[in-house]
Amino acid sequence: MQPFAYLRADRIEDAIAASGPDARFLAGGTNLVDLMKSEVERPLRIVDISRLPLDRITETREGGVRIGALVPNADCANHPLVRERHPLLSRALLSGASPQLRNMATTGGNLLQRTRCYYFMDAAFDACNKRRPGSGCAAREGRNRIHAILGASEQCIATHPSDMAVALAALEAVVEVHGPRGARRMPMEDFHRLPGATPQRDTTLEPAELVVAVEIPPGSFARASTYLKVRDRASYAFALVSVAAALDLRDGRVHEARIALGGVAHKPWRAREAEALLRGATPGEAAFDAAARASVAGARPYRDNAFKVTLAQRTVARALRVAAGIA
Amino acid sequence: MEPPPRDPASVSRRRFLIHTGALTTGIAAEVRLPMSEAAMPAQAAGGESEMRLRVNGQVHALRLDPRVSLLDALRDHLGLGGSKKGCGHGQCGACTVLVDGRRINSCLALAIAQEGREVTTIEGLAAGGKLHPVQAAFVAHDGFQCGYCTPGQVISCVAMLEEARRGDASAVTADLDAAPLLDDAEIRERMSGNLCRCGAYVNIVAAARDAARRA
Ligand SMILES: Cc1cc2nc3c(=O)[nH]c(=O)nc-3n(C[C@H](O)[C@H](O)[C@H](O)COP(=O)(O)OP(=O)(O)OC[C@H]3O[C@@H](n4cnc5c(N)ncnc54)[C@H](O)[C@@H]3O)c2cc1C
Ligand code: SF4
Ligand code: FES
Ligand code: FES
Repeated sequence: MQPFAYLRADRIEDAIAASGPDARFLAGGTNLVDLMKSEVERPLRIVDISRLPLDRITETREGGVRIGALVPNADCANHPLVRERHPLLSRALLSGASPQLRNMATTGGNLLQRTRCYYFMDAAFDACNKRRPGSGCAAREGRNRIHAILGASEQCIATHPSDMAVALAALEAVVEVHGPRGARRMPMEDFHRLPGATPQRDTTLEPAELVVAVEIPPGSFARASTYLKVRDRASYAFALVSVAAALDLRDGRVHEARIALGGVAHKPWRAREAEALLRGATPGEAAFDAAARASVAGARPYRDNAFKVTLAQRTVARALRVAAGIA
Repeated sequence: MEPPPRDPASVSRRRFLIHTGALTTGIAAEVRLPMSEAAMPAQAAGGESEMRLRVNGQVHALRLDPRVSLLDALRDHLGLGGSKKGCGHGQCGACTVLVDGRRINSCLALAIAQEGREVTTIEGLAAGGKLHPVQAAFVAHDGFQCGYCTPGQVISCVAMLEEARRGDASAVTADLDAAPLLDDAEIRERMSGNLCRCGAYVNIVAAARDAARRA
């Protein structure tokens, strides 16, 4: 591990001021320390933000739920406000990692965790544009079973591994960040980015910007929602494909639908076309299968991950059936 | 609500806890630093830091490189070899310890970041020469073969009982709001962060089931 200086901040502005290009914020450490051990991350300065007062979940004036950046994933999943209003988020969180890791992992760190692409995580591989811009992408011609089928680029075909982020995308959460130039808020959809020509950037976060909270607006998706995660073993594994599905059912019809997929792209993949197809439809196999097909429109598989195109459709269709209670 | 960002004027009074080899500050000393980018490189990385770790009720003053994980601090610097290193990457659970009563993977925790927190290891479970009930259950049910994963399994099981007691749900809990019942499916899911390469799972689940029944 690269030597570093360790600083502990107890105020938000201190943390931001101490940050910089060679620094990393340390929250739960479950991704950062892991990558530092492998020398994928080599910060010269660690700014420990774990003592910042960002560990609460509160109700907003509009009736939304505000989740502090340092709330442990386990606490978020089990908080009454989250359980009752956004069980989809509880389910996504509980499906991730292990109890130990969920105790350490935080809201902000979960959003900012890096890809699990084998070539990214092992610094012994030369070609990885995300780790070493301009070096190529070993995954394109290599092993790419866990890689993207949607929104990838010549330069990178990695996926974002978070379960929580998929649920937050479906719930249209807003991320609040503070930085050297003040505070700003952005929808989940604008937080993570597609790789394009700059895969080294996972998100639109600027250097030294700190995520302080995530806010979920009030909504009517609590009842008819589900998070369905498909993986290689029953627990303690990342998603091959996951789907967050939520329906607002009124008078026997779909009033509104939300569908987001995990494990298929560089960011949580919001299936807007599929959502539009469902609006006004009668819930049932026909509508759900059509939505499933639309969810993977434009999919481009690679050598080892063509199975994901079928798997994603089946997962969407089943998630919608479960959400609608007709599974 | 989190406090809103304070007015920028207060940024001139930045307070930090700084740990580097270059700066031999006292433990928990408040250091005021002009935190401009130009000033930062003055704190060179590398070297050792003073830190205090509270483990199994005892405070230890240590001088360690900030890179040292909590697991390595326990094993290599405090002589507490019960917690094991199976992978060093959060993938096996052999290093599970309690920090402020919650189970975590000590291989992914920096020792220096645990100052002011209470660490409990397998060595701290038995009280007054008597095994903790979860330890006793593992012995009674032969919940191990080689024993390498066992300290992590036992600590994890202790935490699992506490989590269930306070009503935490798991991925297999049908009703998020109901009081969780620790049946075998729940135990398997809640103990899934601890791998056992000997495959002693059947007896581990039996030990956990027994411990849950007595808890
Ligand atoms: C074995 C294993 C299995 C896993 N399985 C799953 C899984 O199934 N599903 C899943 O979703 N995840 C899984 N994870 C990943 C885990 O959820 C993440 O590692 C965790 O959420 C990261 O949170 P953290 O607080 O530990 O982040 P850290 O490791 O502390 O930080 C991660 C990154 O985020 C930055 N950061 C942290 N907080 C902030 C902030 N507030 N503002 C700005 N930047 C910040 C850090 O600088 C760093 O770059 C797994 C991890 C492991 C090791
Ligand atoms: S897919 Fe992305 S992360 Fe993986 S090797 Fe290619 S550039 Fe690197
Ligand atoms: S040694 Fe920590 S999880 Fe394997
Ligand atoms: S008893 Fe040998 S690894 Fe579990």
